[in-house]
Amino acid sequence: MMMFSWKLAIRYFLHRPASWLAAAAVALCTFIVIVVLTVMNGLAADFKQKNHAFVGDCVIASDSLVGFVYDRSFVETLESQPYIEAVSESVAGVGLITQPGANWNIGVQFLGIDSARHSAVTGFADSLYYHRDNPEQAFVPDYAPEQEGCVAGIDLIGGRRTADGGYAHPDRPVPIRLILSSFPLTARGALARGGTDLVSSKTYYVADDSHTGLPQIDGAMVYLPLRDGRLLTGMDSPVERISSIHIRFGPSVSLRQGVERVRGLWAVYLQSQSDRSYSDLFESVRVQSWQENRRSRIAAIEKEQKMLILLFLMLGIITVFIVFVIFYMLVGHKSKDIGILMSVGMGRHKIAGVFLKFASLIGFLGAAAGTLAGCVFLVYINPIEDWLFARFDFQLWDRSVYAIGEIPNQLHPDLLLAVAVSAVAACLAGAMIPAMQAARKETVQVLQVSQV
Amino acid sequence: MDTIIRAENIHKSYRMGRERLSVLRGASLGIATGSFTAIVGASGSGKSTLLHILGALDRPDEGRVEFEGQDLRRFSGRRLNQYRNRSVGFVFQFYHLLNELNVLENTLLPAMAAVGSAGWIRSRTSRQEAACVLLERLGLGGRLRHRPYELSGGERQRVAIARALMNRPALLLADEPTGNLDSKTGFGILEVLKELNRGGQTIVMVTHDDRIAGLAEVVWRLTDGKIETE
Ligand SMILES: Nc1ncnc2c1ncn2[C@@H]1O[C@H](COP(=O)(O)OP(=O)(O)OP(=O)(O)O)[C@@H](O)[C@H]1O
Ligand SMILES: [Mg+2]
Repeated sequence: MMMFSWKLAIRYFLHRPASWLAAAAVALCTFIVIVVLTVMNGLAADFKQKNHAFVGDCVIASDSLVGFVYDRSFVETLESQPYIEAVSESVAGVGLITQPGANWNIGVQFLGIDSARHSAVTGFADSLYYHRDNPEQAFVPDYAPEQEGCVAGIDLIGGRRTADGGYAHPDRPVPIRLILSSFPLTARGALARGGTDLVSSKTYYVADDSHTGLPQIDGAMVYLPLRDGRLLTGMDSPVERISSIHIRFGPSVSLRQGVERVRGLWAVYLQSQSDRSYSDLFESVRVQSWQENRRSRIAAIEKEQKMLILLFLMLGIITVFIVFVIFYMLVGHKSKDIGILMSVGMGRHKIAGVFLKFASLIGFLGAAAGTLAGCVFLVYINPIEDWLFARFDFQLWDRSVYAIGEIPNQLHPDLLLAVAVSAVAACLAGAMIPAMQAARKETVQVLQVSQV
Repeated sequence: MDTIIRAENIHKSYRMGRERLSVLRGASLGIATGSFTAIVGASGSGKSTLLHILGALDRPDEGRVEFEGQDLRRFSGRRLNQYRNRSVGFVFQFYHLLNELNVLENTLLPAMAAVGSAGWIRSRTSRQEAACVLLERLGLGGRLRHRPYELSGGERQRVAIARALMNRPALLLADEPTGNLDSKTGFGILEVLKELNRGGQTIVMVTHDDRIAGLAEVVWRLTDGKIETE
């Protein structure tokens, strides 16, 4: 029986042009869903990875512009933990940059860091161009080693991006002088008065540029030595302060565990600090994983990802509907056969089985073809886009606007499998109703109708 | 003589829009084992309807059908399938062959429908041989691999007869087996049926042609929803 119903299902498939159409529809939907989800998931994963690289695994950060009291001993406590591999403190501020003699200025953010320590925790070194292998020299301008240097976000000084999304770098950094002005704040958040020793303006030579791939960072960030950051923000007096502590965990510890333990250490530390001066600054400090720290940015792209998945779920529903319509017509055409099968005593569920096998054939072939085509297309998606760009000046994303290099095309077997299985399931669902309906009919009615 | 199938007080009506069309109004008949029976009647008198009810392809509104003393109304769905598969063979006026299957596969249909895949693999060769012998007897030995649409009407009807006989049913029901054939081919088919009957096969045949009915041992006439033997 089994073999016979497969035989009949295969014959139906081969003899009906509509079944090829159905398989093609399934293949097309599978193809589109696989390509879009792969690219979208790739973009989201890439964006998350870049955010992760920017802040490190775990961040103890203050929301406040005045930071919190820096305690070397707490940093040492962190460094002595076996599950912590590296720690780096930073000072964040906002300011204006201009050039000597220029009458423009732009608002920027700046981050004061120890470039070597920060590179051990985050992807800072990898974001550099000239000092990738010696991040400790990041703030030393090669063309004027005796001068004070800074690192500028790669899009800060505009117009450097090429049409294909890359950046042109000359052999040596181009000498650029920047004047960074800031508004130092007291520990209480008041504007520090002039006439004190608070520095509010400094001149730097741009020693390197930093390309994190995060547009908001690359277009607005200046990196300075930690000491300068303190001076510009006023976090050097009356007590040394910082904005955040970045932590990298060892490979064996899970993110959640690590963050929990750091939270524990932080709570113990806070207890011991409750009666020291400026301890109220600790109130705005939070211990967060990188995901929590970058939540507001990641949430936006995750929302888009969810919307897309929802949209493509609807595409899946359309597939089911197409298959349903095709099956409805097919079963209508085959009602005489159903009558014949019933007249020789074949059970109703067996007859339904013939049509479900027929549907699964369509599903398997369509899903296989769509998955294969999707994989091939994804593997060649970047060459295809390059070709389109060279030939027709067409780009999926305008690389001079978006911080996307290659189109992500990492194939995920579990995604492929999930989509293919859903496609087959969609076919079975689409075939279920007409098949059941066919099997419910009375023998004579079926045969009578088809005689006319 | 034994009665193989008996119908008692069969009523059947169809709804035509708002009206009800009473086709059978208390028809009763009995068929003797080994007999060759013809049911005659005008077109639209309900001959096919009655035959379908005997073959359990349709249900009467009222009345009962007994096969070898068993009431068909008591049969479960599974048992009814078994009845259609093994106890009766049905030959339709319009052949009703599956176009996707060849002559041999069409003939094997009742055999394949009845068993599971394991049983099919075990009994496959013997059944195929039986089907070939049957087709040979019906003069279709050379056309095993042909598709129904490659055959003439008479050949198709003979395939339909082979299929009906495949599982060696006790009762063969044939609905105007010659209705769509020219008289020469038609008589050829009748010869086949007579031959089968001589071999002990019980046959009930529907026809509206009195000449053909004359070849049967027993003739029942259907008029006004009732049936009488002549
Ligand atoms: N499923 C149905 N629905 C409605 N009416 C039906 C149905 N089946 C049969 N009829 C009607 O019942 C009557 C008897 O039909 P049936 O097919 O039994 O006649 P018949 O004696 O076999 O005729 P013929 O010699 O033309 O084959 C006809 O008037 C037909 O229109
Ligand atoms: Mg009829």
